[in-house]
Amino acid sequence: MTLFIDLTLNGLSYGAIYAAVALGLVLIWRATRVINFAQGALATLTTYVAASLLDRSINSWVAFAAALVAGLVFGAVTERVFMRPLYGKPELNPVVVTIGLLILVESVAGAIWGSTDRGIAPPGGVSQSGIILGHTYLDFSAFDIFILGSVIVLMVLMLVLFRWTSLGLKMRASAFAPEVARLLGVRVGRILTVGWALATLAGALAGMLVAPLVFLSPNMMDPMLVYGFAAAVLGGLDSPVGALVGGILSGLGISYIGGYLGSSMETVGAALLLIAVLSIRPEGLFAAAKARRV
Amino acid sequence: MSLIEHRLPGAKSLERLRSQPLVWHLLLGVLAAAVLYLLTSSVSFYDNTIIAEIAWYAIAIAGLSVLTGGSGQISLGHGAFMAVGAYGAGLMMEHFRLPLVVPILVGIAAAALLGTVVGLPATRLRGPYLAGVTLALALAVQDLPTKFSSLFNGDSGIIVNQATPPGGVNPQRWLAWISLLAAILTMVVLANFMKSRFGRALKAVRDDDIAAQAAGLNPNRMRVLAFAVSAAAAGLAGGLEALWGGIVSPNSFSLFLSIQLLAGMVIGGAGTLIGAWWGALALVYVPQWTNSITSHLSSASTVTANLQNAVFGVLIIVIMMAAPSGIQGWLRAGYRRLRRRPSSLASALSPPLDLSSTSTPPERTSP
Amino acid sequence: MKDSIRSRGRPLAAAAVLSAAALASALLVIPSSGASLRPARTPGVTAHRIVLGTTTPLTGPAAPGYDEIAPAANAVFSYINAHGGVHGRKITYLIKNDQYDPTLTVQYTQQLVENDHIFADVGGLGTPTQTSVQSFLNKHHVPQVFVESGCACWSQPKKFPYTFGWQPNYIVEGKILGAYIKSHFGRKRIGYLYQDDEFGQDGVKGLNREIPHRRVVGEQNYQGTVQGLGAGLGSQVSALQSAGAQVVALYTIPAATALALLAAAQLNYHPIWVVSSVGADPPTLAGLLGAFSKGKAGASLLNGMITNAYLPPETAGTNPWNRLAKAILKRYDKGFHWDGNSEYGFALGVTTVEALEQAGRNLTVKSFLNALETHAKALSNPGLVPLIYSRSDHYGFSGSEVVKITHDGRAISVLTPREITTLRGPITVYRGKPDSIPAQFRK
Repeated sequence: MTLFIDLTLNGLSYGAIYAAVALGLVLIWRATRVINFAQGALATLTTYVAASLLDRSINSWVAFAAALVAGLVFGAVTERVFMRPLYGKPELNPVVVTIGLLILVESVAGAIWGSTDRGIAPPGGVSQSGIILGHTYLDFSAFDIFILGSVIVLMVLMLVLFRWTSLGLKMRASAFAPEVARLLGVRVGRILTVGWALATLAGALAGMLVAPLVFLSPNMMDPMLVYGFAAAVLGGLDSPVGALVGGILSGLGISYIGGYLGSSMETVGAALLLIAVLSIRPEGLFAAAKARRV
Repeated sequence: MSLIEHRLPGAKSLERLRSQPLVWHLLLGVLAAAVLYLLTSSVSFYDNTIIAEIAWYAIAIAGLSVLTGGSGQISLGHGAFMAVGAYGAGLMMEHFRLPLVVPILVGIAAAALLGTVVGLPATRLRGPYLAGVTLALALAVQDLPTKFSSLFNGDSGIIVNQATPPGGVNPQRWLAWISLLAAILTMVVLANFMKSRFGRALKAVRDDDIAAQAAGLNPNRMRVLAFAVSAAAAGLAGGLEALWGGIVSPNSFSLFLSIQLLAGMVIGGAGTLIGAWWGALALVYVPQWTNSITSHLSSASTVTANLQNAVFGVLIIVIMMAAPSGIQGWLRAGYRRLRRRPSSLASALSPPLDLSSTSTPPERTSP
Repeated sequence: MKDSIRSRGRPLAAAAVLSAAALASALLVIPSSGASLRPARTPGVTAHRIVLGTTTPLTGPAAPGYDEIAPAANAVFSYINAHGGVHGRKITYLIKNDQYDPTLTVQYTQQLVENDHIFADVGGLGTPTQTSVQSFLNKHHVPQVFVESGCACWSQPKKFPYTFGWQPNYIVEGKILGAYIKSHFGRKRIGYLYQDDEFGQDGVKGLNREIPHRRVVGEQNYQGTVQGLGAGLGSQVSALQSAGAQVVALYTIPAATALALLAAAQLNYHPIWVVSSVGADPPTLAGLLGAFSKGKAGASLLNGMITNAYLPPETAGTNPWNRLAKAILKRYDKGFHWDGNSEYGFALGVTTVEALEQAGRNLTVKSFLNALETHAKALSNPGLVPLIYSRSDHYGFSGSEVVKITHDGRAISVLTPREITTLRGPITVYRGKPDSIPAQFRK
């Protein structure tokens, strides 16, 4: 029973992180119909930005905020420099450019900071010791609560932005009917830039949350991107709520499989589950019922 | 250029040959084989190793290209099909003494079987959802050798008895021949496949499956078959790699391999068979060049170590920006431009071979 | 439109094939400069130069830590070159980044042999990577020496006379640690956590040869692939805690050791950790865990950890070899960190120089192998135990000592060096003294 509780809690924290990565992928997919494979690498880069600030003894909350701001900037730059010229070209091209970026950005991180793993402390010295419940320590710390809390705050903010602000309305309009939006005076290009910036911010958050759990290295986000992508596909690429649910489900699933069936079944089990779910719901759990795109 | 065309004595009979795709493709194949025989005999043994590597990369990319170009499906798991082909062939070579072609065929069959199994649920999946499933497949297949360690010898991999070449031929040259022969056969088969009634039907399904259904085609069956054919090509590539490397280990078939294959396909030109060769050349030579430069730099710093991948990343980005239809599309566009403005340059440049029908839209020839 | 372009292109395509054929035949007439006939003299050796090569991961998921080894070895060569070289020959060390992918290992190793004409492949890293080139190197009579892996497969002198291991093999290490566990914690419940590959599995094999099966209450592992640590080690450690393991033996890489320690600290789980030398490097672990020292966790987590060592512990500041290593690395390896990996690279570099020295002025492949097989004792190096090289064995270090990490990160010996001179043989006490620093490193 203790094991079950620990596996659940462990799965929840990792699941929240996968959800943040998935949210970034969903935002970009909705806006530009691109799977951004560079999402993880960009998040690694923003985490290194925070790490270099920490090296200079700058307040850890400032470093945390700096990583998020760096996410906004990197996302915007990526869209303007690398994606903008490719709209209207064969649809695989921007995807392959993000693969190129993934390779390039990880090399840049490796060139600047080396490939040695580094430990990153949680911001503000939030404790990583397990919370005591009765006489047992749970596999759940103040930092785990922080992980879940910050991902939920991010989700809520995004939801508010989309539903209740004019920027959100413009973003939705640009994503689903760019021509109409343009006619209505929306500066679609600028809106897409904002979309990429926000998505990369979500990734940057994931990077800052996972670094204290798995250490920082140029390839830190590779598995996160893989699981985040699986989570986004599971939840439905058009649905931010799906990203959250998909992320949590992936986290729990991988934790249970690893704990009960052994680590070599983690990916095998995850793959089978993904295939099973998609066989029933080909566009993910939260797919909007919609007509065939022509 | 058109002058040559008219003066060529065999032009008429060539014209007739062309009307029969199989004969035409076989003829081109035989010619290519002759050229490549001469090539392999004139370069170093090491270059032969590289040629063999390019050949099996080209086979895998061509298979992927048929899938994406033919039926519009995207796979991030072709490394897994290569792994299955490699393990299938490798296990046969490890345990039995058989003519080389048998283990390779077993590898192909195993990959095709997995391709069919994956292709079944994949018929309902589009774009990124299919990419997600195939990606999961790539990861899962990489972990199976450790799960079934007694059969696959885990992470260390199985050692493949490399066949001894007949008549004292150098083993590297022998491997280059085998790989090239397999590659040419694959190209001929795939070119015919795409030219056949089936290939055309596949494209109809890709472009509009409802219309295709109305015309009496079964889109799901076609997609599964496309998946199987594509996986079979990857399986062949895997079997050849097993032979080439002398070992089959999960480390050779990481997710990065699948991503590289996809990148190689798009760099070369998605949907074209010649493009597969450009993609293979890029995958093999770019790291090669950058590595020879960096390994001679005196300081082994983190910068030089990462230069190799950085250049590869930049190259992918630049090609996608400068030549949206890949290298093959770019060459074609350039060739077309030259034809429009005939000059002495035109006759000096050999035009790209076109074994396949392309699915990529012609590139706009803006200045 | 598209069709018409294509149909006009076809005869041209045929013409192109024909002209390409003509071009290729023309190429045949021109003598090829690339044809690699191996020269009759010893490849890679001239009066003033020795060319060595290696493949190792400098980037990618396998690079952390391991990317320090080849540069550290190269620093030793640079030092020797600056002091006159070996028998007047300067060493060139070509380092190729294979990213731990056997496909690249095959490609780069052939390039090193056939294009760069290396004398020997020194310190290639990894089991699957080096296995993939073992028969190639042997077939081409290129020494494959000091392979950076503890696989028993490097010692097959009949089949692979040119291959030599270096570090103690994982089974031997496991037996020494297992024997220590049995004699000191014989009544406790024991758990294993290992990387699910040949490194971890062989380690467990060694442990199991000494530890009675009924004492083992839990076995957990993680995958050695990219996503292997993508969900941390929380569930594995939690399972070991549930099983009631009081001693946990780790066959893990340093990052995984640190993750396990963190997960255990979070669960307030404090077993006795017994960690193989591969994953126990105190400076690396302290660096990873140091960021947490403000919280409850910290470098103090290492306190009481048991591990084995075949090189002097890095914290032994007065050890003459360590002082030499730091001096050389500081001068010749920009941006080095003093940890187990750079020490490993340094020791491997020293062994290489010593082997070349012993092979004599007239350096050939034969004299080099002969030096290894018959003068193994004369190869001075920092190791705590001797290198086992003979006509019948190509193992490398024969065993290790067992050390305990103190609260301030120092390693103190709790069991003097033990060795196993043949793989199936018993564990014996090694009574020899450490080597002194040879003359060419005292200049």
